[in-house]
Amino acid sequence: MKILEGVPRRGLAMLAALLALLLVFPFFASGYLLAIGFLILYFAYVGQAWNIMMGFAGQLSLGHSLYVGLGAYAAAALYVHFGLSPWIGLLASIGTCALAGAVIGFLAFRFGVAGVYFAILTIAFAEFARIGFDHFAWVRGSSGLFLPVANYTENDLWNLRGSPRMFYYLMLGLTAGAFVLCHALLRSRMGYYWLAIRESPEAAQALGVNIFRYKMYAVVLSAAMTSLAGVVFAFYYNNLFPEQIFHISRSIELILGPIIGGIGTLVGPLVGALLLTGLAEGMGELLLALGVDVPGVKQVFYGICLLVVVIFLPHGVWPPLARKLKLDASGK
Amino acid sequence: MLQVNSISKSFRGLRAVQAASFAVPEGGIVGLIGPNGAGKTTIFNMIAGVFAPDAGKITFVDREIQRLRPDQVCAAGIGRTFQIVKPFAGLSVLDNVMVGAFLKERSSAGARRIAAAILEKLGLGAKRDQPASSLTLPERKRLEVARALATRPKLLLLDEVMAGLRPTECDQIVAVFRELNRAEGLTILLIEHVMRAVMALAGRIVVLHHGEVIARGTPDEVVRDKAVLECYLGEETEV
Repeated sequence: MKILEGVPRRGLAMLAALLALLLVFPFFASGYLLAIGFLILYFAYVGQAWNIMMGFAGQLSLGHSLYVGLGAYAAAALYVHFGLSPWIGLLASIGTCALAGAVIGFLAFRFGVAGVYFAILTIAFAEFARIGFDHFAWVRGSSGLFLPVANYTENDLWNLRGSPRMFYYLMLGLTAGAFVLCHALLRSRMGYYWLAIRESPEAAQALGVNIFRYKMYAVVLSAAMTSLAGVVFAFYYNNLFPEQIFHISRSIELILGPIIGGIGTLVGPLVGALLLTGLAEGMGELLLALGVDVPGVKQVFYGICLLVVVIFLPHGVWPPLARKLKLDASGK
Repeated sequence: MLQVNSISKSFRGLRAVQAASFAVPEGGIVGLIGPNGAGKTTIFNMIAGVFAPDAGKITFVDREIQRLRPDQVCAAGIGRTFQIVKPFAGLSVLDNVMVGAFLKERSSAGARRIAAAILEKLGLGAKRDQPASSLTLPERKRLEVARALATRPKLLLLDEVMAGLRPTECDQIVAVFRELNRAEGLTILLIEHVMRAVMALAGRIVVLHHGEVIARGTPDEVVRDKAVLECYLGEETEV
């Protein structure tokens, strides 16, 4: 297959093993472990989506909770009000988020807003949505939007009503799809152009790259991909509060995975999500078992992890790990 | 091929370029020389679309290009290098050149083939898989040229690519440009301080001083021009 061209055999074997492991995981995992598995995949997916903007095209978004929230609300509201299947609703989610991304991208790239100022612009839009949705009566404002919950005897994939296992597999599918898509993008002309823009916009432009257009592609694609995570999030948790879903801490949370794992790498978001979610939850369990009930231990652990990685592994966990495993550090 | 018509550019009252005019004939090699601050790089940037001239016209193959963006100028067939090199430091040498090759080639395999061939030509073939950040300055200058060539330009703008090279390295790269000019009909406009290179390469020379063209002609005519001797070549030729 063309898409596998040049992929190291070892890497392929490891990926296949990982996929097999993830596929059989629900058959051995408890409900709790399955929930953690879902979270890891969720963060791996949104991390991958965010990585397209920051890791590939070099545009720092600190407001990705906007796309999670808009995606979640669009599909959930259509389901609650009109009984529309989320598979139809997600079209609205994708459309809304792609449009939001396009507006932010246009404002920023057309008027030369870059670097930290661009990051602030993305925060501003997420905050704008958070406050706006608090007063948006159609989706019940600050009192929250709830999806009807009942006991289901079997999984209803069409309406996304069902067991955690179904959601786990759905998220696994999304994560695997995002991985393959990013892999293909990185080897395409678009991917090369993004990396060129990240490394030197002037040089990229001098080589004929329409940097406005390619930055727009990155933002719109990243936003559209993130919206799908929002849809799954809404139907998994069954409740949405603007104060939570659009909150800036959610934006930060979802970028930590790729940062810890390795910005701009394919495998980084996966490794980062596994490390952060897995270890933070494991730590909580361990402390609970030891009878230590300290609030905020997860946050402290995040902080320590970030510190260690920044100090000792400035390019993330994956690049040095890849060299150890004798794989290409870029994860190609 | 390239017609620069009375272009001017000021930066906050400082007149960088004053009604400069010159032409680059198809298949020719023209050198743009002058003391530091004479406006050479400003003229380059105006041709390449980095900024528009305040007045005047730039025509490239019967098309006015002074309002185009850099990527449009590149797509029109003008490749450029940067005086202060701008490699894509995090990418491999080959990937750097592939970015240029993608202008005319959509497939990755095709772009890789084009890039590899150009790297061989410029003597960087052995370094293709290294990160661009590992290259020495002379190598980075060659990488600039390789990237620009990968866009398959009709006209190549070279901004001081010989500066800092040893004489033998300089001769090597001069030979490469000669060959490109002879075999592929590549037209070249170069800014250069290294007179050895300019004299060896350029068929015609344009001399700038304080943003104005003070002389133009063949290399022999220019080095004997009184105004040029006074403001630029003076000390060198008196020795």
